[in-house]
Amino acid sequence: MKKYILNRLGLSVVTMFIVATIVFFLTHILPGNVARRYLGKSATEDDLVRFNTKFGLDQPLFTQFYRWLRDLLTGDLGTSMAFNKPASELLLPAIGYSSRLALMSFLIIVPLSIAGGIVAAMYRGKLVDRILTVGGLSAAVIPEFVWAVTLILVFGVTLEVLPVTAFPTRGDPTIFSQIEHLILPSTALLLVLFGYIARITRASVIEALESDYMRTAVLKGLSRRRAVVTHVLRNALLPSIAVIASQVPYLVGGLVAVEIVFNYPGFGTILRDAVGGRDYAVLQSGVMLTSLVIVLFQLAADILFAVLNPRIRSRISE
Amino acid sequence: MNTSSSSVKSKSNAERKAIRAERLQLLRRNKAFLVGAFILSFWLLIAVFGSMLAPYPYDAMDFMAVSKKPSGTYWFGTNKLGQDVFSRVLAGTQLIVWMSFLATALGTIVGGTLGLAAGYFKGWFDIVLMRLLEAISAIPVLIVALLAIAALDGQSSGITVGVIGFVFAPNIARTVRAAVLSEAELEYVAAARLRAERTPHILFKEILPNVLPPIIVEFTVRLGYAIFAIATLSFLGAGVEAGSPNWGSQISENWAYIFSNIWWPTLFPAVAIASLAVSVNLISDGLLEVFEV
Repeated sequence: MKKYILNRLGLSVVTMFIVATIVFFLTHILPGNVARRYLGKSATEDDLVRFNTKFGLDQPLFTQFYRWLRDLLTGDLGTSMAFNKPASELLLPAIGYSSRLALMSFLIIVPLSIAGGIVAAMYRGKLVDRILTVGGLSAAVIPEFVWAVTLILVFGVTLEVLPVTAFPTRGDPTIFSQIEHLILPSTALLLVLFGYIARITRASVIEALESDYMRTAVLKGLSRRRAVVTHVLRNALLPSIAVIASQVPYLVGGLVAVEIVFNYPGFGTILRDAVGGRDYAVLQSGVMLTSLVIVLFQLAADILFAVLNPRIRSRISE
Repeated sequence: MNTSSSSVKSKSNAERKAIRAERLQLLRRNKAFLVGAFILSFWLLIAVFGSMLAPYPYDAMDFMAVSKKPSGTYWFGTNKLGQDVFSRVLAGTQLIVWMSFLATALGTIVGGTLGLAAGYFKGWFDIVLMRLLEAISAIPVLIVALLAIAALDGQSSGITVGVIGFVFAPNIARTVRAAVLSEAELEYVAAARLRAERTPHILFKEILPNVLPPIIVEFTVRLGYAIFAIATLSFLGAGVEAGSPNWGSQISENWAYIFSNIWWPTLFPAVAIASLAVSVNLISDGLLEVFEV
């Protein structure tokens, strides 16, 4: 088991290194152009030289890459060109806000989607099943911003029942009002992720329902419901863990659009501004942090999967 | 693209035809697929003939008719610049249909070729490729696209198409690789090798026709994602020309006005995006069901 974890950890480090390489060289695809693109057409040669010296852009590309990696590893996220202050001062609070929204969304999305998948499986082929699977996956292909705008139009403007910003503006917010403000943004994310998680849960519940141990349980005299709770769920939820982890990148991508619509001061808003303002340090560090979160999630999911699944566990310990 | 007809020369000819006929039969009975195909055909027709149907030029402004409600003169109303929303939705169709189709085609060609090679050659090429793919999938598609667009300074739809295509390639490569791995073990591949056929011939003429079904399904799935991604990018103001009638741009320019109850310049493009995305999804769902039978 220890060997397996170490092995997975090593692979994650390799993945992060490749991500870093991609992120760095993608930003420097047009060499020597960063200063020109950032300062604009009116900048003089002197301005360009000063800018390049200040941000170390006059060094050879590989020296820059090495320094950038070294700085990242020591926790230095670079300097925001637009605000002339450490990128971490912009990124860390924003990531805190985004995590809050992401956590809240996850707490809604995961149980609802799993429940939806179980219900669809129990009523396989019936109308409920069709609605949940076809409807769920149709909702999933509509972009978050379309959902967000539609939800605001319906619940915020027409019915006036829910707040249309993700952040309470006046007074000191109570926990309740904070949660209330996060309902619509989380719903937009839910609508996009529900279909995938529900479909996988449904498939694995169906597989479990048709298994030999289920037949044994029913023959043994257990009621269907009891058999599902005690036997099916434990086995069927395992694949869902893997799928939920694989949805994290989509959740993060979706946050960008949702935060902007709901005017939420999170990581997506910072990233959008960094793209608009060509603030490369913030962009690079932002993408690196995002990928780190995603890789850690996948690592945790793989390990959890191995710990919970006896078959894999025994294969590993061999 | 290479169609399967070119390779249908062996004794399995009739067999393949029978399978194809059966699949078509199943598709024709799949209601979700039919609805999807109907909506998509509608949008394709609009993409081709939309400019002829538009009552006004999409960028014509009439300052005497600003933010007018939908009416007989302006079917979908007008936006804050006095532009006809109906004509703009029609004009936007062409953009998103072409961009998403080209991006997906690019991703399928690049990813399909890589996947064929990885599954056939295996060894270090496969290992390196799979590690790279895993790394790329650790960055959300939308964020890679934003980064690449910022780096390439691309306020152009051409660059967006290229970026989306390359971001999609890894996933397509993975699907094709998995399909090729099991095909490459089969006897007809060994036979082709014994006949001393050249490798490109084996890859594209022998193996490719047999892994086409998963590629077709993957293509439609990715087409849906491409619509998703391009709409979102244009909503974020990245990767499209300023002032373009892209559906996403229309929503980002007008959605703030829904608070003043001017919902029409936002709602109509939103419904357009939703229906196009859902139609493609229904099609890929139907294909998935039929091909897996």
